[in-house]
Amino acid sequence: MIKRVHFPASPLPYLLVAPQILITLVFFIWPASQALYQSFLIEDAFGLGSEFVWFENFQLLFEDDHYIDSFLRTAFFSAAVAFLSMSFALVLAGFADRVVKGATFYRTLLIWPYAIAPVLAGALWVFMFNPTLGIFPYFLQAFGIDWNHYLNGSQAMALVIMAAAWKQVAYNFLFYLAAMQSIPKSVIEAAAIDGAGPIKRFSTIIFPLISPTTFFLLVINVVYAFFETFGIIHAVTQGGPANSTTILVYKVFNDGFVGLDLGGSAAQSVILMILVIAMTVIQFRYVERKVEY
Amino acid sequence: MAKIALEHIRKAYGPTEVIHGIDGEIKDGEFVVIVGPSGCGKSTLLRMIAGLESVTDGTIRIGDKVVNNLEPSQRDIAMVFQNYALYPHMSVFDNMSYGLKIRGLPKAEIKRRVEEAAHILELTPYLQRAPRQLSGGQRQRVAMGRAIVREPSVFLFDEPLSNLDAKLRVQMRLEIKKLQERLGITSVYVTHDQVEAMTLGHRLMVLNGGNVEQFGSPIDLYDKPQTLFVAGFIGSPAMNILDAVCGGDGKSMTLFNGDVITAASGAENLAGKSLKAGMRPEHLHLAGSHDAQFSAHVDVVEQLGADTIVHGTLLNTEEQLSVRLDGIQRLERGSTIGLSVDPANVHLFDPQTTQRVN
Ligand SMILES: Nc1ncnc2c1ncn2[C@@H]1O[C@H](COP(=O)(O)OP(=O)(O)OP(=O)(O)O)[C@@H](O)[C@H]1O
Ligand SMILES: [Mg+2]
Repeated sequence: MIKRVHFPASPLPYLLVAPQILITLVFFIWPASQALYQSFLIEDAFGLGSEFVWFENFQLLFEDDHYIDSFLRTAFFSAAVAFLSMSFALVLAGFADRVVKGATFYRTLLIWPYAIAPVLAGALWVFMFNPTLGIFPYFLQAFGIDWNHYLNGSQAMALVIMAAAWKQVAYNFLFYLAAMQSIPKSVIEAAAIDGAGPIKRFSTIIFPLISPTTFFLLVINVVYAFFETFGIIHAVTQGGPANSTTILVYKVFNDGFVGLDLGGSAAQSVILMILVIAMTVIQFRYVERKVEY
Repeated sequence: MAKIALEHIRKAYGPTEVIHGIDGEIKDGEFVVIVGPSGCGKSTLLRMIAGLESVTDGTIRIGDKVVNNLEPSQRDIAMVFQNYALYPHMSVFDNMSYGLKIRGLPKAEIKRRVEEAAHILELTPYLQRAPRQLSGGQRQRVAMGRAIVREPSVFLFDEPLSNLDAKLRVQMRLEIKKLQERLGITSVYVTHDQVEAMTLGHRLMVLNGGNVEQFGSPIDLYDKPQTLFVAGFIGSPAMNILDAVCGGDGKSMTLFNGDVITAASGAENLAGKSLKAGMRPEHLHLAGSHDAQFSAHVDVVEQLGADTIVHGTLLNTEEQLSVRLDGIQRLERGSTIGLSVDPANVHLFDPQTTQRVN
């Protein structure tokens, strides 16, 4: 039980939370309700009038193969991004945890990617993988791989996955490292005395003990891949070629601002909103569970 | 089973040396306690034996093998940590069987050993519990169990009882002693508690500032402390250390306030020297005016029932003095008492070298 301190009633607490509530109202509740309202409307072809259609936009979406495809693609994309960035971060943190000298330097280096804007990160990867100028296609040539993510959908997908995962590694790394360092040293030493080598210790002691962090990061990374990779995709592939990298957030933008199907786009964003709310609930519900040492 | 040999062990962290060349041999089946004040290097020495800390210089042998460069897992040791270091995500059974599983013992053998250890330690009802569902004493026993199932040739303990309350500590101390006698496994036990050290160890290694002050049996340490440090460290209340000058004939000693006492045994050739005279509080006795050798001023009287501890000063000086008297003694604060001591119970030390001289 958390002990609460009781203060005499005063308007101060309300004043202190007011800015936060105001921001939420203006930047979340209001646009969200607009989106919700919008999702019940269909505009006529010339954008002159709109008709209230209840759930027709949603119905149309679920009958649309493109939307279903995009859904599956997003699922694949986020699973791949989460898996790649988390496993990479886990390995790095595993090593960093063992480093004694120069640990701060190493850590600082690894944190940098997180400070880079998504669009810039995307631009960086586009440049490295540019079919004619990039360094990687040049190397890949040596293995007989013909790299061109402007034409090859799978390669485009691989590229956005790498770019998105790379940017998230730093964040995951920090959490993993903090989790590993909070495991008492003597527990690891006890395992070493019990005969477990570094790999065995990692798999039977460290990894299970940081499982709450893994779960937390899984949710965070999926949310990230779902919603915050817009910038990267916009910079790298613009959803192409042939929609092969059009994940749900990108489709909202594409259908709404490029295709000007405002109702459909709004319905999509409502669905995304429901997803993010669901994930946040999962997060709050389970992440609180902690391992006691 | 194995003996442990320490040869000129040194340990430095960067430029600071914390262990300055320790020698000693721990016999097969012996229970040795490393004792000393906080920061003297006890844990460091133990961790070097365990292989958790590198050895800067010198040789550690377990059995006949030099283990300096062996991993902890290759040294055939088990260790009990101060905070128990149980695996929090595993049941008591899994905690105890972890090391056996890694060594690839057959399932039936693992089960047999764990159940046997659980039986000895009275942990059988808790085998399926998680460590967080156990009391401190039970966790401590699980940590012990994890060590004994391994049947190692050496047990290492780093202050395993310091997180327990006083009563449980006494009880567990007894259990550890019985267990070690029953299993006969060579054990090294670190503590800063001299009572724990005296009751547990066959021999005690007294460390101070990274050096061994004395390595001997509890009785040796009590009867013949080799240095001033050991004299003051072993025994409670601590030994009284008074300045004294040995008389010209070596038969008497003059205390700081001019009182003259019979010289300690073995002071014959110390004539005229300035010395530190050590007398245990329990070796001082109340004496009437004609047998009293010296007098003390009473400051505080502690009535413990079984005995009475008097804290005071050597009369007319600032030299602290404590006396342990049998039973209940009614003494007034501020009064003067006469004391006597058997010369056989006076320890003499050289004030410069701090070494014993008689
Ligand atoms: N990693 C380290 N780096 C530098 N100095 C250290 C390190 N570990 C220990 N020391 C120093 O070595 C000395 C001995 O430490 P050690 O832990 O062995 O003491 P201890 O006798 O076990 O004390 P305590 O009873 O408080 O546990 C201390 O002065 C400590 O400051
Ligand atoms: Mg210690």
